Amino acid sequence: MKHEPDTRGHFGPYGGRYVAETLMPALIELEQAYRKAVKDPAFHKLFNAILRDYVGRPSPLYLAERLTKAYGGARLYLKREDLNHTGAHKINNTIGQALLARRMGKTRLMAETGAGQHGVATATAAALFGMECEVFMGAEDIRRQAPNVQRMQFLGATVHPVHSGTATLKDAMSEAMRAWVARVDDTFYVIGSVAGPHPYPSMVRTFQSVIGTETRAQILEKTGRLPDMIIACVGGGSNAAGIFSAFLDDSKVRLVGVEAAGFGIRTGKHAASIGAGRIGILHGSKSYLLQDDDGQVQNAHSISAGLDYPGVGPQHAHWADTARVEYCSITDTEALRAFDDLTRLEGILPALESSHALAEAKKRAHKLGARATIVINLSGRGDKDLDNIVSYKQKHRKH
Amino acid sequence: MNRITQTFQTLRMQGRKALIGYLTAGDPDLKTSERNIRLALANGLDILELGVPFSDPTADGPVIQAAGQRALASGANLKQILAMAARLRRSFKTPMILFSYANPLFRYGYNALCRDAARAGIDGLLVVDLPYEESAELRTPMKRHGLLFIQLIAPTTSPERARRLLAEADGFVYYILVKGVTGLRKRRVLPPQADPPMAENTKKNIDRLRTCTDLPIAAGFGIGDGAQAREAARHADAVVVGSALVEAARKGRLAELVRELAAAVHGV
Repeated sequence: MKHEPDTRGHFGPYGGRYVAETLMPALIELEQAYRKAVKDPAFHKLFNAILRDYVGRPSPLYLAERLTKAYGGARLYLKREDLNHTGAHKINNTIGQALLARRMGKTRLMAETGAGQHGVATATAAALFGMECEVFMGAEDIRRQAPNVQRMQFLGATVHPVHSGTATLKDAMSEAMRAWVARVDDTFYVIGSVAGPHPYPSMVRTFQSVIGTETRAQILEKTGRLPDMIIACVGGGSNAAGIFSAFLDDSKVRLVGVEAAGFGIRTGKHAASIGAGRIGILHGSKSYLLQDDDGQVQNAHSISAGLDYPGVGPQHAHWADTARVEYCSITDTEALRAFDDLTRLEGILPALESSHALAEAKKRAHKLGARATIVINLSGRGDKDLDNIVSYKQKHRKH
Repeated sequence: MNRITQTFQTLRMQGRKALIGYLTAGDPDLKTSERNIRLALANGLDILELGVPFSDPTADGPVIQAAGQRALASGANLKQILAMAARLRRSFKTPMILFSYANPLFRYGYNALCRDAARAGIDGLLVVDLPYEESAELRTPMKRHGLLFIQLIAPTTSPERARRLLAEADGFVYYILVKGVTGLRKRRVLPPQADPPMAENTKKNIDRLRTCTDLPIAAGFGIGDGAQAREAARHADAVVVGSALVEAARKGRLAELVRELAAAVHGV
């Protein structure tokens, strides 16, 4: 199976480069610099050293025994990306892109962020490399993720609230693209997911592939064989693409991507682009998209800010069509229950994003049986979500 | 011959420059919007850019973003906009270009769109986020229905790239004057003689573009009044004004601004 896009960034009919002409030369320059960097052993050496000494990799693969018992079936292993510096997988990619920015002589980083994890990770990389940093964040997300806003500011980043549209990740990304057009000479746009125009989807997957590479070695060491299933949440889809990347050719390893069903797919208030969207073009690539009959992008909904996006990375669209990955969805309520489960049973507070993957494991563990193993990508920690969870629970007690 | 090509030929023979005006279709509703467009056409526009509203206009500044949101809130869609174009075509011979983001066109279906647009009297398409590399899918049905593909060239586009892109372009070239989104800047993009470096840069870039193509060159982004339009028209064959017209329409000063711009552009 072919996992790299064609020369213009297409994964089957998806992907590509749908941007204003002003940005095309910058994307072509980025692609050339990226291709050179990944062929350069010195780049890898430096990237890996930072991942080891600064991010704290490899992240552990942990057998969650009490959770396994409670869910009553397959043995559940957690890939602990929550233990990375800054608390999520996002840092793997921002270190990679910041190193690339430095090679290209750019002095300013810019990012969009939903939950704030990618914004924090970009601000962190900017601090580490002595670069300026501007983060675009929806005003609604700023409200939901206040601690992360403060972290970014402490790290020296300027956080620009975005009020247009639903004031969430989609609008933050639109605003970031507008800002990039104006400062395209000295600014490197650090996209946080496997979305956006080519080469971002394949570049971000490459920088996140360390999750999959480590998981493969760790599970072989611990169990002597490959896992039966890998489950990861999918907003744009970077943590999923990262962990899936090492198992794509192992057809016996079932790969499961979990989208956010929000209040439920039938209510129309969800973020399941693959489950309920149609092919469209947004933010630089063609993929599945939540949109109306006129091609207007619809608002996504999820309790998790990081999954609250109406699109999905183009390679996920291709994996869905070719059935290499199964996609399903988990509601806000199911995710919250899984959050409680892991917190109480294992003493680990998962991010609400990752809680969607845990909730899917809950549904599948008993079906696979006790001999099977499932790896769940615990993409981030939940500290950032506490205010949000408290207010959600209070609201729902009233109803 | 396509009306766009015809218009530029006529103007060239007369030694005149063209005024191209953008208005968002359906802002604030279809009826008002049609009235405004008729007003603009009657007061001196040489070419109309009919804007299709989109939920996520990543290349537009605040004025056109807001116009698009008003249009969408009123329920405007592509089908109604094409019907409006057909009504306008019955009254005006002015070339009309549909100005859009890719997704509304893609969802409509490229084949159906080209058929219906040509039927409605549209002469060309300008798709902001559909670069040359992704345009083949749309160009084929466009050609079949006699629609011109208007190519955008940015200040970041190298001469080599411009030459390659323009080898297949039609009608005219839309040269984007500034790195940035649509709309007026706090700093004037084309200051009068007081600040020669900016104006010189524009001249230099347009002169450079002339070595890449024989097509007429239209300059746009950031032009809002007669003085700026006159300055741009000294170097380009046409001047595009968008956000300023959208604002003027809201304030009931559209006819006045179109006359001012037309006088400035046609006087060069």
